[in-house]
This record gives sequence, structure tokens and C-alpha cells, in this order.
Amino acid sequence: MADKKWPETWQEINPGCMVFRPGNAREYHTGSWRAKRPVYDFSKCIKCGICYIFCPEGCISQDADGYFVADLDYCKGCGICAHECWTGAITMVEEGKP
Amino acid sequence: MTKRVGMEIAFAAAEAAALCRIDVIAAYPITPNTHIPEHLSDIVADGRLDAEFICVESEHSALSACCGASGVGARVFTATSSQGLMFMGEVIPIVSAMRLPVVMAIGNRALSGPINIWNDHSDIMWQRDEGWISLFASNGQEVVDMIIQSFKIAEHRDVMLPLNINLDGFQLTHVVEPMLFPDQGEVDRFLPEYKPYAALHPDHVVSMGTLGLPEIFTEAMKAKDMALINSKKVILKIWKEWEEQFGRKYEPIEAYKTEGSRILLLTMGSMDETAEAAIDELHKRKISAGLLKLKLWRPFPSEELRKAVKGAKVLAVMDRAVSFGGASGPVGAEIRSALYDEPDRPLIINEIIGLGGRDVTLEDFIQIAEKAAMAEKKKPKEAYEIYGVRGS
Repeated sequence: MADKKWPETWQEINPGCMVFRPGNAREYHTGSWRAKRPVYDFSKCIKCGICYIFCPEGCISQDADGYFVADLDYCKGCGICAHECWTGAITMVEEGKP
Repeated sequence: MTKRVGMEIAFAAAEAAALCRIDVIAAYPITPNTHIPEHLSDIVADGRLDAEFICVESEHSALSACCGASGVGARVFTATSSQGLMFMGEVIPIVSAMRLPVVMAIGNRALSGPINIWNDHSDIMWQRDEGWISLFASNGQEVVDMIIQSFKIAEHRDVMLPLNINLDGFQLTHVVEPMLFPDQGEVDRFLPEYKPYAALHPDHVVSMGTLGLPEIFTEAMKAKDMALINSKKVILKIWKEWEEQFGRKYEPIEAYKTEGSRILLLTMGSMDETAEAAIDELHKRKISAGLLKLKLWRPFPSEELRKAVKGAKVLAVMDRAVSFGGASGPVGAEIRSALYDEPDRPLIINEIIGLGGRDVTLEDFIQIAEKAAMAEKKKPKEAYEIYGVRGS
């Protein structure tokens, strides 16, 4: 079940597409929609958290060292964080490129 | 005990809904259905029914409120007409997709424009493809009966779909007719308490109205289609139960004097009884004609139709709406499609009649039967015609 994101056949759909298991949206990794990913230059990061405030996905959190980073399972690559970053610490890089 | 009561049919519809112990009514007035919610608000205000009457600011809100109320497990009723039904439009397919058994009476009225408050079927035809069960009543008694049947059908665990009962504006809504009313005990015996499949409640988590991505949407549409197709079994079963308890028979297509008829007329709604009188007159004149009264519009009873037309040479289908620029009227197109694969299908003529409140008379049906008889000899050029239109 863990890797099964949706019912296989029409007969398996709950009436009215009702969902009875709360919180299962986290199992759907919207990060797969991403065309570009944020790449961080921590030497420029001042840990202000402006990216965290603007992220429409709410997928940014602080790591153990206090840097703000996106969870790539959910980051859709919109680039708002890179646009808002005061110091230009975030670059959007096309997926598949290093 | 059953009582015979003379009453305006719109009021009777409200009384029938009240007998079903509805919990919530959300409605907005629009001619000609207005007397239905108006009378229900009286019934609630007089304390005869313990229900919430939500005065909303529009039909869009009316059906949205019904959707929410049904989602928490309430038995819900509403009514509308014409532009009101169109204004509900955005919510109509959502209620059926969420499988919520909302019951709605539609006092059928022409769609604008030009603005017109009188009867035809353009309002229901406009929303026919949205996943609701759709019934047509010929008279007040059928309105009362169908409303009571409706909750049992819509709420059945093998159905769980919204349902509309169509009663022609003015021709039915505003007519005073004697009707048999079952008492509360009889209705309670027929209609069990509503036990929802799921209801929104903090203790039992459920998400309704979810997103359907391309990976699942096709399957969701197939499931919705099958729900409506499979509802026919339950409708037939509940109509049988109704007949056993109340003695009045309901069928998807009712046949009137069709035995051995070369010509068949097919009508819906208040035209049915005028057409019956026309058939009696035709029989007096030794013309072999019969009548099919279509009661169940969705799910469409294709199988019953194929059986009903067996042996007939010409079928004249009445439509009370125009499908502008279409191949036929909406009912005509449906019937042609259902019969196309039959090797011995009758020739079909399609008459669009009774638009925006124009009277449909006994004489009209006699003329249409004569047109059908002529069509048997010489097939008409056009797939449909707007009957009685001035200007050749």
C-alpha cells in the first residue's frame, strides 16, 4: 500500500471519492512536478528565513545548522524563494543538470 | 390512513417532503417552483416539521448549503426552476460526484431569453448529463408519490445519488388536484430513517470533495456512470415496494393502449394525460395509435424502450426543448441513439412542442398521429420539426 498512490481500478474508488485516512496527502510527492530545483550557496545565506515565509508550499524548514532548505519531496520548483532571497543564495537549476 | 385532499400541486410537493421528515431545506424563490419552498417555510414556522429552513441569497448558495447539509448526514430537500437551476449549475455535478442524496423538485420552466416564466423542459435538458437521477411526473399524485419514493431511492446504499423530480411549471405546479396522501405512519413504514454512508464529524475523519488528478479522474467518471446505471435496479425495486404498500404502479416507461399499435407517441410530464385523451379519441376514429409515457429520464431506460416499441412502425417523440443546431431534440436524439442498433426499429419523427408555455392540446396530438401515419408512407426530410411554428 505504501507505494500505491491511487486506486488501480474504478471499482476500488470509495463512493464519492471519499478519503477516510487522514493526512495521506503527504504520501503524494508533488515534488515530482518540479522542472527546476533550488540550489543553495550557504556562504551567502544569512539565515533570515525570507524563503521560509514566502514558500507557498510550506516545504521549507531549518536544518541542524540553522540553514533554511526545501524538502524536495514537496518543492514544486516555483522559484519564489530564489526571487525573494536578499543575498542571492538560491539558484534555480534545471532538473537533470548538476 | 390515506386521505384524499384537494390542493395546489406545489403545496402538495411541500407536504410530501415534510412527510419524509426532512432535516434541512435551502431554497431561493423563482417562478414557478416558489410555492414549494414557501409552503415548506410555513410548515417549519408552524412547528409541524422539525427542520432547518435556510434562507439563502441565491440558488448557487441553496444547492451549496444542501451539499454541506447532506455531507453531515441530514436529509435534504430543495426546489427550483429554469434560471435558478442554471445558477445551481456549478454545484450540480459536484453533488452527484460526492454521492450525496439531495432531493430536488424542479418546476420546469423555459430558459431565457427572451425572458419567459412558462413551462417547457429546456431547464432539465440543460443539466441532464450531470449524474442525477431524473424523474418526470404526469400529475399531482405522481409528484407526491415520487417525492416520497425519491428519498428512499436516493439514500439507498446501492445508489447514493442526488435525484430531481420534474413537474411542469404552472401546468402542474399551480394546478389544484385531488391527491391521496398517506399518513405519517405509512410514510414512516415505507421510508426508513436516513443512515448516511459517511458523514462529516470531528470524531470520524472523512474528506469529501477531494481533488482528482488525471491518474484517477477517468476511473472516477466510470464509477459515477456505473452508480447511475446501477441505480435502475434499486428504482425498480422501490417502485415495486411502493406498489405493494400503496397500490399505485410506477414504471420507467408506462404504456397506454399500445397493444398492436402501428403508431406510438412518446411524451413526458404534463403532456402525458392530454396525449392519453388524444389516444382515446384516435381509437374512436379507428386509428391504431398508442402512447409511451417516459417517467425515468436518467438513468435512461434503453432496455425498456426497446421492448416498448416492438412491433410499432412509427414512433413520434415529443420534445419540450430545442437542442439548438443539434441532430434532433434532446429526447429525440436519446431515443434515436437507444434504438439505432435494433434491426426492427420504428421510423422516428421528432416534434418539438409546447415551448415557453404554448398550450399542447388534444388536437395537436391527433395531428401528430396523422403526421406519423403519413411518415410511414413517405419519410419526412427533416430529423425534427418545431411543431406549430408560424411561418412556413
